[in-house]
Amino acid sequence: MSERQSVLRLDHVTMQFGGVVAVDDLSMEVGEGEIVALIGPNGAGKTTAFNAITGVYEPTNGQVSFLGAPVVRNHPQGKMKKQYKGSDAALYANEPVLRPTPDKLTALGMARTFQNIRLWKTQTVFDNVLIAKHMLKTSSFLSATLHANRAEEADQRAEVAALLEIARALATKPKLLMLDEPAAGMNPQETAELTAFIGRIRTEFGMTILLIEHHMDLVMDISDRIYVIDFGKLIAHGTPEVIQNDPRVIDAYLGVEEDA
Amino acid sequence: MIDRKAQTRKNLISLAAVLVFLALVLVLDQTIKPTSKAYMLLTVLQKGSVYALAAVSMNLLNGFTGLFSLGHAGFMLIGAYTYAIFTIPSDARDTVYQYFDAAVRVSFPETLGGALGGFGTALGVLLAVLLAGAVAALFAYLIGLPVLRLKSDYLAIATLGFAEIIRAIFQWKKLGPITNGSNLLKNFARCSTFKLKLGETTVSLSTFVPVLIATLCIALIVLLVNSTYGRAFQAIRDDEVAAEAMGINLARHKMLSFCTSCFFAGVSGATMAMVLSIAQANNFKSAMTYEILLMVVLGGIGSISGSVIGALLFISASEWWLRGLDSGTFLGITAPTVFRNGFRLVVFSVIIMVVVLFFRKGIMGDRELPEALRKKTKRGEVSGNE
Repeated sequence: MSERQSVLRLDHVTMQFGGVVAVDDLSMEVGEGEIVALIGPNGAGKTTAFNAITGVYEPTNGQVSFLGAPVVRNHPQGKMKKQYKGSDAALYANEPVLRPTPDKLTALGMARTFQNIRLWKTQTVFDNVLIAKHMLKTSSFLSATLHANRAEEADQRAEVAALLEIARALATKPKLLMLDEPAAGMNPQETAELTAFIGRIRTEFGMTILLIEHHMDLVMDISDRIYVIDFGKLIAHGTPEVIQNDPRVIDAYLGVEEDA
Repeated sequence: MIDRKAQTRKNLISLAAVLVFLALVLVLDQTIKPTSKAYMLLTVLQKGSVYALAAVSMNLLNGFTGLFSLGHAGFMLIGAYTYAIFTIPSDARDTVYQYFDAAVRVSFPETLGGALGGFGTALGVLLAVLLAGAVAALFAYLIGLPVLRLKSDYLAIATLGFAEIIRAIFQWKKLGPITNGSNLLKNFARCSTFKLKLGETTVSLSTFVPVLIATLCIALIVLLVNSTYGRAFQAIRDDEVAAEAMGINLARHKMLSFCTSCFFAGVSGATMAMVLSIAQANNFKSAMTYEILLMVVLGGIGSISGSVIGALLFISASEWWLRGLDSGTFLGITAPTVFRNGFRLVVFSVIIMVVVLFFRKGIMGDRELPEALRKKTKRGEVSGNE
């Protein structure tokens, strides 16, 4: 880890809803250019962890750091002031300590997809990507209105929805791409294509990717490192080989050989 | 992906259609005399353009941004009063404010007209209309700060309440020097006095001006809806969580949409004062908001041309086509005396129910006019496993 620059870092993040602890003391790190997978049985808290990272929820405790600076204020040592480095510092220099909302984190360079595909359904394929670029706009409200950039309708196919979500996320020019079960509902061949596609995103854009996935072929094939959580707790972490042979992971999630 | 030539051609055709329509209105304005039976057409055009603008501005909020707001009558009231107050000429001021000492002692058309002549008068009217929109937008901003945190029904109730409060405040006696209390404002610059003198001939602009204002404003809203901001609004409507995750600042964009919508509601209120020649707070009841909402729903939520068609049909039906039912004759048929006075509203309600039953998504759905006129290709939609 030390040789890579840290893109995302979670320190003892806990997400509690009433009495339910969905994410329990989760610590993890994603280095630049890495593909890291977050796996675990259903209800283990993977998507909740995603939501806590992207600002949809505010962690009950712990700290999320992005590009070497903390973004989420709750910390065991008390309320933190946000500190940003480099060009991002100017963006939030005068901001009071507020909960970082998803849009602000996207502006910092975090982009994600959703497990239950959340495309804008009345919009065309092209518009879906175009709207994601709205954030990068340079024109003001009035000039944008007067120089309307109209687009024609594009073909739309349901089977490309997952890919479209990835394209939409990429349109925000992120530094970290977070994919929440991109292969959900795909057959083995489509999954293989998606695996190649994610690999291309990494090599062509030098993208850092954090991935939640249940298709073990995809995860084992592409990930540099894997974190496994169960009941919100981190139970194992390491390279795919280490994870595949970890008795706790096999017990909690992978199961015995024949139905893996 | 974008065929620019075809797009430009389509835009030119739309522009030409609008210009032809405006020219036609100008011609009708000259040819139809107030005594003629067809004068009703001009009344419908005047009132129709006011309501069309109001409906389109409401559609921007309810249909395109997904913010269900019912405060439109309140913002139109603000617009109407602002316009009226700033265009009352100085010699009429004492007659209008007969129980109060008028606080606002400036009239834009008069001041500018004195300095620049006829052009100045027109500029003054325009300035008052813009101010009407701006004041409505300012109120919208202040109301929006707390209210836009609410969602769906709660937002509707909060804005509805606001509109009622505004109506009460404008009738408050203590504000008499500005709003004339519960008395009406009159004698300000109104449509029936708008004329253009070209040498010997006088061109009447009484219908042309409100139609022109509405057309320009609706054109602006069309441009807005198609701009990157308009698309961001629609993204918020379709999926707020995804919109926020893609970097769209929800609070800012909702506020932007709310203020813009209320700006145009204010302009529409000003135009209404212009058309009716009076401004009275009592006219801007919540029933007016419901009428506008009805036009939006009839035309199709999420369709601008639908709102315009809805408004024109609604006004034509209530002011013109069904009016005969109240006076006893309808299309040459003499209605039984039992049905007189109020029967129009009964028939009207039945028609609305039939329309809503058979056009579930309104007349236009979420399509626009040029699209609907082309061959009916089924639009595929992005689907996911929601």
